[in-house]
Amino acid sequence: MKKSGLLMILGSALLLGLFYYPLWNIQLGAPQYPEPLGMDIYISGIEGEEEFDIQNIDGVNHYIGMKKIPKAEEMWEFNIFPMVIGGMAGLGILLGALGFFSKINPNWFLGWFLLMSVLGILGMYDFNVWLLDYGTDLDPNAILKLTDKEGNPLSYKPPLFGTDKILNFTASSYPGMGGYMMFAGMTLTLLAFFVGRKEYKKIKI
Amino acid sequence: MKKINLILSSLILAGLFISCGGDSGEKSGAFSDNVAERVYVAPGEHDEFYGFFSGGFSGQMSVYGLPSGRLLKVIPVFSQDAEKGYGYNEGTKPMLNTSYGFIPWGDLHHVDISQTNGELDGRWVFTHENNTPRVARIDLDTFETGEILEIPNSAGNHSFAITENTEYLIAGTRFAIPSPQRDMSIDEMKGNFKGPLTFVKIDQETGGMELAFQVVMPGFNFDLAHPGRNASHGWMFATTYNSEEANTLLEVNASQNDKDFIVALNWKKIEEYINNGGGTMMDAEYAHNVYNHHSSTATSTMKKGVKTVDPKDIPGAVFFMPIPKSPHGCDVDPTGEYIVGSGKLAAELTVFSYSKMIKAIEDKNYDGDAYGIPILNYEDILGGIVEQPGLGPLHTEFDGKGNAYTTFFISSEVVKWSLDDYQVIDRKPTYYSVGHLMIPGGNSRKPFGKYLVAMNKITKDRYLPTGPEMNHSAQLYDITGDKMELLLDFPTIGEPHYAAGIPADLIKENSKKIYRLDENEHEHAVRNESDTRVERKGNEVHVYMTMIRSHFAPDNIEGIQVGDKVYFHVTNLEQDFDVPHGFAMIGANTAELLVMPGATKTMLWEPKRVGVYPLYCTDFCSALHQEMQGYVRVSPAGSNPEIKWSLDGD
Repeated sequence: MKKSGLLMILGSALLLGLFYYPLWNIQLGAPQYPEPLGMDIYISGIEGEEEFDIQNIDGVNHYIGMKKIPKAEEMWEFNIFPMVIGGMAGLGILLGALGFFSKINPNWFLGWFLLMSVLGILGMYDFNVWLLDYGTDLDPNAILKLTDKEGNPLSYKPPLFGTDKILNFTASSYPGMGGYMMFAGMTLTLLAFFVGRKEYKKIKI
Repeated sequence: MKKINLILSSLILAGLFISCGGDSGEKSGAFSDNVAERVYVAPGEHDEFYGFFSGGFSGQMSVYGLPSGRLLKVIPVFSQDAEKGYGYNEGTKPMLNTSYGFIPWGDLHHVDISQTNGELDGRWVFTHENNTPRVARIDLDTFETGEILEIPNSAGNHSFAITENTEYLIAGTRFAIPSPQRDMSIDEMKGNFKGPLTFVKIDQETGGMELAFQVVMPGFNFDLAHPGRNASHGWMFATTYNSEEANTLLEVNASQNDKDFIVALNWKKIEEYINNGGGTMMDAEYAHNVYNHHSSTATSTMKKGVKTVDPKDIPGAVFFMPIPKSPHGCDVDPTGEYIVGSGKLAAELTVFSYSKMIKAIEDKNYDGDAYGIPILNYEDILGGIVEQPGLGPLHTEFDGKGNAYTTFFISSEVVKWSLDDYQVIDRKPTYYSVGHLMIPGGNSRKPFGKYLVAMNKITKDRYLPTGPEMNHSAQLYDITGDKMELLLDFPTIGEPHYAAGIPADLIKENSKKIYRLDENEHEHAVRNESDTRVERKGNEVHVYMTMIRSHFAPDNIEGIQVGDKVYFHVTNLEQDFDVPHGFAMIGANTAELLVMPGATKTMLWEPKRVGVYPLYCTDFCSALHQEMQGYVRVSPAGSNPEIKWSLDGD
């Protein structure tokens, strides 16, 4: 199972890109911001695309009473995520190595993939809950208090994925380089499973 | 038959369409002749060139985009500018300090961009002031004036040049004076007045200016100057008029000599002489004003003494080249071989040859001397003559393709001629009475010969009338073809004496978006709202205030009394591009503050009456700009009210 083992190692190692590149990126463009304000969401914290972007997003957001963008120490996720990603990458590389020497069944690869998918979905869910809270839990003394046609307070939640118009801002939310590396890596681990199954059958025969 | 007709007519129609199609293809040439198209810079697009235009008697420098002719900015230099608070607020007042005290106005003449190896390098723009002799440096990361240096023992600071590696800035004396000044009869001018040529050393890292030495020339009027470049690097050339040394009715009495002079000065030789301990110190007093962009604060230092050189003491360093009739322009071509002299009253243009000049000097072939300075033989150094080029030649620039372009004030035209055969190639009218002209890089080794801007002295009917006073007018010509083409008219600020153009790519990336708050060095800056406060020191009250969209902190202040000197030190906490805030206080006898993100500026307010007075933001900063306001309570003198300050009750 040399091929599938290598694929598994490579795939899980790609997760390590998340320690260097952002998982996700949200950009806020507006007529006044032809160069959009941007935030890069890393597994260990949120940073501005440009040095002062976070400060400027907070500045703009104070009009509608949004909370400030949390610092790394203000969210437990930024402590847990690096451990989870590091652990999963390590586990995947270990499984790949064992597979390489045909010590294990390729179903372990699938198992890793499924576990990673579940963790990923949980992560996305958590991220969405935060976005929702961020976009709706507003200061009651906000300068601008806007409501929709039904009289409900407007939500300023940026989209989890895609592009949305929020007042004068266009919010675009897409994976960052780290996110793409993770998806590519997970795809490789799934591929490792299928390739491994073929290789495993040959060994059995 | 009908059918045949139909077929025939459709064939003809088809033929027409085809030929139309063919025509429209060829018309791409005609399309490129569309003048509007060639100066049109679409909304949101950027111009290809920056143009730094002298503002003349406005005392300021304006920045235009070319080819659109759009005004991008006015940079205050030698005059107060209420719009930006320049020369009004406490930080910039020292910029306008001189040995005569504070002077609110200046007459900004020529501008030059710094060079390396004779090519524009976009580090700084230098300029000078004619009335109170001063020179200045503009920094191109902030587009602000960074330094002003007064030139002592001089008057009518006019002939101005930057050497080809920006080693020196040269500032000549247009109005000969007793130097140093003394009480003497004006009638005794001849032989007793002097015309010092000042050399200012430029620091290659900072652009900082330092008075290096003055060459004390005879009391002629030094007019225009240009550096030698390329072959002639190490020399400088300047025209003189009034070699008659007349002190009255100069329009007649300074126009009598058949020939005046271009001075050729080997500054490298003089530099060497100085470095070897030559020269004598002369009494002088001059202001040196330096602006710190990090603190938005200038300091003015009075300096004393200047090293002077008598040209007679350095044989082989200074020569006179005779030139017909009160010359004005003195322009050196990109190769450094040709020096074009424009005798204002001459019927021809004189072009001197640098190599012939060197040979004449080596041969010691002189035609006498003036005050001990050798005069070269006109015929020996003559490169060529442009015959009958026009009336009233003033200035010449070059396109780097072997052509020269000269302005003619009296016949109101620009004339293109060849440096190869001195033949006129083209002439185009200007509107009206052109003074200077500018080709980006046209005063360097490497011109960007695409556009030519003519700066005219007279406007008359070119624009909608605006009463007796009209802005001056400039014209943009395309010079890429054999013939020049007029593309655009645009009004300019004050009276542009010269301009300097540069490809935008060479500087636009260096332009700062904000001042960094963490690099703010202002003595009274505060970096966050929690540090804002009000402090009393005797009758001085210092308000440490911040601004951010959309409030001041603090915005309620009490404890001020009539007779106090209230200093508002206002910091803009924004770190976002193009979010300035302004600050105005009712009853302040000064201009507003206009504070860029991350900067601090200081206004002095001396309240005169008791009451409660508003302050507000003057620059529409945000949706809640109108709400960006506050109050100051002023109590009676001697009531010793308690100092209090707050924002939102805190």
